[in-house]
Amino acid sequence: MKRFIGFIKKEFYHIFRDRRSLFILFGMPIAQILLFGFAITNEINNVDIAILDHSKDASTEEIINKISASKYFTIKQMIANEAEIEPAFKKGKIKAVLNFEKDFSKNIIKERKATIQIITDATDPNTANSITNYVNSILQNYQQSENKSIQIDYQIIPQTRMVYNTELKSVFMFVPGVMTIILMLVSAMMTSISITREKELGTMEILLVSPLKPFQVIIGKVVPYIFLSVINAIVIVVLSIFIFKMPVQGSLLLLGLESVLFIITSLALGILISTIAETQQAAMMISLMGLMLPVILLSGFIFPISSMPVPLQIISNIIPAKWFIIIIKGIMLKGVGMAFIWKETLILIGMTLFFIGLSVKKYKIRLE
Amino acid sequence: MSISLSNISKSYKKVKAVQDISFDVNPGELFGLIGPDGAGKTTIFRILTTLLIADEGRATIAGFDVVKDYKAIRNSVGYMPGRFSLYQDLTVEENLTFFATIFGTTIEENYDLIEDIYVQIEPFKNRRAGKLSGGMKQKLALSCALIHKPKVLFLDEPTTGVDPVSRKEFWEMLKRLQKKGITILVSTPYMDEAALCDRIALIQGGEILEIDTPDAIVSEFPKTIYNVGADNMYKLIQSLQQYEHVYSVFPFGEFVHYTDKRDSFEMADLQSYLEKEGLADISIETAKPNIEDAFMELAR
Repeated sequence: MKRFIGFIKKEFYHIFRDRRSLFILFGMPIAQILLFGFAITNEINNVDIAILDHSKDASTEEIINKISASKYFTIKQMIANEAEIEPAFKKGKIKAVLNFEKDFSKNIIKERKATIQIITDATDPNTANSITNYVNSILQNYQQSENKSIQIDYQIIPQTRMVYNTELKSVFMFVPGVMTIILMLVSAMMTSISITREKELGTMEILLVSPLKPFQVIIGKVVPYIFLSVINAIVIVVLSIFIFKMPVQGSLLLLGLESVLFIITSLALGILISTIAETQQAAMMISLMGLMLPVILLSGFIFPISSMPVPLQIISNIIPAKWFIIIIKGIMLKGVGMAFIWKETLILIGMTLFFIGLSVKKYKIRLE
Repeated sequence: MSISLSNISKSYKKVKAVQDISFDVNPGELFGLIGPDGAGKTTIFRILTTLLIADEGRATIAGFDVVKDYKAIRNSVGYMPGRFSLYQDLTVEENLTFFATIFGTTIEENYDLIEDIYVQIEPFKNRRAGKLSGGMKQKLALSCALIHKPKVLFLDEPTTGVDPVSRKEFWEMLKRLQKKGITILVSTPYMDEAALCDRIALIQGGEILEIDTPDAIVSEFPKTIYNVGADNMYKLIQSLQQYEHVYSVFPFGEFVHYTDKRDSFEMADLQSYLEKEGLADISIETAKPNIEDAFMELAR
């Protein structure tokens, strides 16, 4: 036991003396959370649009007023004819043009139907989509208020209500994802690098020719990073609660325990990588390419798994991050307890045991 | 504790690193593996320290098999790899404490063993190991290898890249350690260090050329060696190599070691030949052969 503690002490010396890594270790989570929280969002706010109004009557005026009153749109420009649409887009400021047909009010009354054309700049498809949806909902709103006075036989009024993330704040979606990436990266990459560094510098040779057992070396490498990753997880949660007012609906204790489980999964992966990689660079490349990319692309962090092609959906099942994201979204946003996430938890535990077993088997007690 | 190797062979993919190596090191002996880079010295060390498994043959340390009983061996040997393998970002003292701890001991407990060596680096005990000079690094590495009182010490090229004064000190330390009953197997590419060992094995290309005491190896040298000097070293070597009775020519410091094919060699003959070749300040005298001459002769 004394040997083991001596080993862990040595690991902490390594970590704290390498200022640059330490800075990355703690700077990265903060930078990422702030970036994702403030800069990279799917919400639209104050989008500049232009209006081409062929009728200029009471109805169009009211709709235009409703649109400009919403916080989503700013009317930047009034366009006189179709020919000006293209130049307006080309200048780049305008993201959408609303084109009201001629005799808008008349058509509503006479034919019970009028047309608005919504032209959006789809270079950014997500924004274009959101713009269309927002405009549609404003129009629907207008229709409903108008229809109150007129008697129609029946009417279907869809009432949508967003649950769990009622304000559709994208930061709430990103926090679980970022937390997953950070924990994965810190745990897997840092451990794999620190083990391969011993190989590269030749100190592994001396450690092997010593009474230290392989599992003592491995656990000794892992313990400091569990500690650091837990601190990171706390920093992320605290930041999201206090800066982004993210509600944590479920139990913090459960969140903590699940995070520790995922940290251990990632560490096990890191150890596995270090048994394959011979150099620090190789370890870093494998961690980045083999872990980061799948976590970002296939875990449901950015792209919903349900809209992926079936083969990718199947592959996504073997990515630990997918299960962890389900778990923490459940705890943070829905406030569910163990009863709802026991399956995902079991999967993570199983994966962890598998990785640990594999790396113990692959760990070399000799040089080759 | 004794070391014994019998018929050890090891290849890396297609390259044969060592072939059919057998030798024994007696308890308390200072045994040297002498050979140039790439001779297979490190491979032998790694096999003996249980880091590699030989393709063929058997090796034991104090009767423990290096494959089967590797755990017992790892507990009782000290190993100093050829490359400086301590933690560069840890201080001198932290390195030593770390190695003491993982071997389940403390610096104080075995201080008497490392005292001679450690006092020299103690003034720098708060300096990071990476910032030490070459000689001090080796002293620290030796201290770390000794801290658990090993019965056998494996030193793989401990003096490579170390200045002559530190090298001399290092060997004096080894002699003192030997007196404390530690069996030492040391490798070096420096032939002059071979004379300081009890027995040596000359090794080249993965094969052992000769095993004996340094004196015996030198005394078995079959030829008389002449120390030849002249004003132009380069021309001297060329001329000697072209001499019709030449057997071998090796530059040796500011002289050339020359041996002749004939039994009846006359210095005057050579002198006049060299003068004809246009060399001046010629000196020729017999010299005592050394390990390097013996090695060159065996390696021919």
